[in-house]
Amino acid sequence: MQTIDMSTTPLREVNVALQAQAAQTNQTQWVIENPRGAHAIAVGLDAPIEVTVKGSTGYYCAGMNKQATVHVTGSAGPGVAENMMSGTVIIDGDASQYAGATGHGGLLVIKGNASSRCGISMKGIDIVVHGNIGHMSAFMAQSGNLVVLGDAGDALGDSLYEARLFVRGSVKSLGSDCIEKEMRPEHIEILKDLLERAGADAKPEEFKRYGSARTLYNFHVDHAGAY
Amino acid sequence: MENTPHTKPRDSWTFSPEINAEIRRAAETGIYDIRGGGAKRRVPHFDDLLFLGASMSRYPLEGYREKCDTSVTLGTRFAKKPIELKIPVTIAGMSFGALSGPAKEALGRGATMAGTSTTTGDGGMTNEERGHSEKLVYQYLPSRYGMNPDDLRRADAIEIVVGQGAKPGGGGMLLGQKITERVAGMRNLPVGIDQRSACRHPDWTGPDDLEIKILEIREITNWEKPIYIKVGGARPYYDTALAVKAGADVVVLDGMQGGTAATQDVFIEHVGQPTLACIRPAVKALQDLGMHRKVQLVVSGGIRTGADVAKALALGADAVAIGTAALVALGENDPKWAAEYTKLGTTADAYDDWHEGRDPAGITTQDPELMKRLDPVEAARKLRNYLAVLTLECQTIARACGKSHVHNLEPEDLCALTIEAAAMAGVPLAGTSWIPGQGTF
Repeated sequence: MQTIDMSTTPLREVNVALQAQAAQTNQTQWVIENPRGAHAIAVGLDAPIEVTVKGSTGYYCAGMNKQATVHVTGSAGPGVAENMMSGTVIIDGDASQYAGATGHGGLLVIKGNASSRCGISMKGIDIVVHGNIGHMSAFMAQSGNLVVLGDAGDALGDSLYEARLFVRGSVKSLGSDCIEKEMRPEHIEILKDLLERAGADAKPEEFKRYGSARTLYNFHVDHAGAY
Repeated sequence: MENTPHTKPRDSWTFSPEINAEIRRAAETGIYDIRGGGAKRRVPHFDDLLFLGASMSRYPLEGYREKCDTSVTLGTRFAKKPIELKIPVTIAGMSFGALSGPAKEALGRGATMAGTSTTTGDGGMTNEERGHSEKLVYQYLPSRYGMNPDDLRRADAIEIVVGQGAKPGGGGMLLGQKITERVAGMRNLPVGIDQRSACRHPDWTGPDDLEIKILEIREITNWEKPIYIKVGGARPYYDTALAVKAGADVVVLDGMQGGTAATQDVFIEHVGQPTLACIRPAVKALQDLGMHRKVQLVVSGGIRTGADVAKALALGADAVAIGTAALVALGENDPKWAAEYTKLGTTADAYDDWHEGRDPAGITTQDPELMKRLDPVEAARKLRNYLAVLTLECQTIARACGKSHVHNLEPEDLCALTIEAAAMAGVPLAGTSWIPGQGTF
């Protein structure tokens, strides 16, 4: 196991070391100590390594991740796992705004709550939030799955495209063109798998599914009030 | 009665035939007019400036003998690998989606032959474009369509798009007609929908956040790539100052004549400032911060001739970018398609329904049959020629002003033909020493 102490190692050296790991590396276990809210920790990784960040992180932790598993034992600042391509990112605490923004793939697990705009513009990522999510989450979300064990704030799924949203608790309000949809067997399967992978103790049947009504896909003047 | 003189029919200036036609169109359809291109209205522009040339107190350089350098280096502030260009003219960001594959290929080929860079757009980087462009700037846009770390790393520079001259404060749109299977796939969207690109970035707001975003991108790309910030011509002094503060290597400033693939006509014509009005405030911001020539300034929006290039450089830009002019060089709006433009209800040179995807020239389309009309190799040759002419013209003027590098052109080499242009460019009205807006009255 490799240990890097950020109280003595600059960010640049941390990322250079992690980004240098190749697909066949033997150094698969990394621990980062004393992150102390630093920004851009473990960004741009592209190897099947496991990085444990012991503490809380600033903006964009694990940004653009590929393959790697990044585990933050504290909370994460804005834009955690933004534009993730693959791999897994786990936050033991809470996540700030735009968690998983524009992510193309992989799994983001937030064991606490996520703030506003969680999953904004997501493009294939799966996000599981054990707690609640803030307003405008999944805004313009294109594809992937957002699973929320708690409650969702205002304007969930506004201007949604093809992403699937599953919420167990209450939804304060739905955004434009976002509607509740029938939970079919294939959705139960998707949900079951994601809950299992995210270590979430919840039954798929307890969730409601939300998706796009697809009325805004082509502009029509009669819908102008929805924008 | 027949012999009684009549008042001649007189069109209202306020309710002109064009305005009335637009009122009727709006009343019929209930939707605003969408089109491509930049502002069509007459605004103060480079045409309103003149170079003074050499005289008793300045001596010129020999046109065919004495060197007049045109090279430009962009990204010298932080990037380990700045971009070296042979000419001070770059190709502006235009998306695959808005433009056909062959058109993007032609831009890459032409720019490469001319020794300059081309730029991706909203829709990601295609292999063809990367392959044909020796120097490729990868746009980082609010939509993040197709965004991925591999393309970031194979780019030569990264341009974070905050705004665009045609629509400062507006996002993009690509209507369903142009969302083919390939375009849709690159954008992770269903085929045939009207695709809206967000106007704000999804994971940062304001220059303090942007500074951290730039840190992240630099960390992902090993601090190698120059990072540009592109802004529309809104508040050029503060936008430039804040871009520098956020950590930009290069500021790209796009005035209201800068084109777009599609947006509302009302947006294009009524939001943002003319290019001419933007340059001096941006240069002043750089000078006030001690960053002029350290953070490079690229100006775009209505550059057409070598004189425009020279004037932009004289006002303090390090380089210019062309979009619409490059498309015209490829063959856009060519009168040889006059009959087809007529069928579309327009004329050559006026065609701007680029969003509809029916471009007779095969450039702003995804229609396989129309796309075939553009030979990317031949179109690239034309673009290369055009870029060469822009450069030669710029050098001609620079030598006449006694400059051994086009960057040595300066405001002192200019005068203005109108009071407006004199005020905007900060150069004297011709025949006077008066610079409106400066000094006390």
